[in-house]
Amino acid sequence: MTGLRYVYAVCRPFDAPLQVQLTGVGGAPVKMLAHHGLVAVVSPVPEGDFAEAPLREHLEDLDWLGATARAHQQVVDALTAVTTPLPLRLATVFRDDSGVRVMIESGEEAFRRTLDRLDGRVEWGVKVYVEGGEEQPEAAALAAKPASGRDYLRQRRNRAQEREDKWRAAERFATRLHGTLAAHAEESRLHAPQNSPLTRGSGHNVLNAAYLVPRAHSEEFVELVDHTKDEEPGMRVELTGPWAAYSFVDPEGTGAGDAGGREDTSGEVV
Amino acid sequence: MTVVERREIALVDLLDRLLAGGVVITGDITLRIADVDLVRIDLNALISSVNENVPSPWGDLP
Repeated sequence: MTGLRYVYAVCRPFDAPLQVQLTGVGGAPVKMLAHHGLVAVVSPVPEGDFAEAPLREHLEDLDWLGATARAHQQVVDALTAVTTPLPLRLATVFRDDSGVRVMIESGEEAFRRTLDRLDGRVEWGVKVYVEGGEEQPEAAALAAKPASGRDYLRQRRNRAQEREDKWRAAERFATRLHGTLAAHAEESRLHAPQNSPLTRGSGHNVLNAAYLVPRAHSEEFVELVDHTKDEEPGMRVELTGPWAAYSFVDPEGTGAGDAGGREDTSGEVV
Repeated sequence: MTVVERREIALVDLLDRLLAGGVVITGDITLRIADVDLVRIDLNALISSVNENVPSPWGDLP
């Protein structure tokens, strides 16, 4: 296998057969690199794409980023069907197999701790949207023509009040839903709400959360989300998953950090 | 309210996890996370600047 090594995930050795011919980024075959009782899931990637300069450039290209992210997710998803993988961040690349082995060695303890914590758990994503949260100029224009300046000001105040009420209700709903779901999950994380232009659906994203749930309780959790559907008009709830526990690789209460333990050797070429 | 269970994964949900989640390891080819965050910001700017009349360049992932 020539080229750089792209690492998708670290997991414990597993016996269950993987999907035949699992391919990774660029369609390259994925292999298991076992070391110190752990397995790194890797595939070769060309230096022309993944050396620092081309990688930097590629990351600004949505098509490339999308295809790479999808390939990464497909591998992690296939692993999730047979084991509990510890997913690595997009584009974690090493020079060769020995670089990957060194990574396993230096992160060994943290990997084991995290794998124990996540064992048998999956991540569910829940997003809440306020539908029609945007101002609608047509609606405003259609309102009755004000008879006087005082009427005009009153209408304007009313519209502003309605909007504000809607946002307050949305916030209350999202807070309550998050509280309920968090109580039924082992851990939860709040992601930044997604920008409206990034989401295709209508509405404004007010909650973008992830919940860590034991696989065995997932059905219950999904039903719980489903039961919220009659609670509040004008809101849309979206459920995604089950995901590998991407959002929970750091213990609760810590910021984004590294579990790999190689931060202090950054720049070192193996 | 409606609950929508998406069968397909939207790119934006994927990037939430792949660019902000996952174990951060300094690989041999190092992109610092700050750089990735910058990419994310550029991405937002890029997407915001897409004209409504132009079909969006990113679709759903099969």
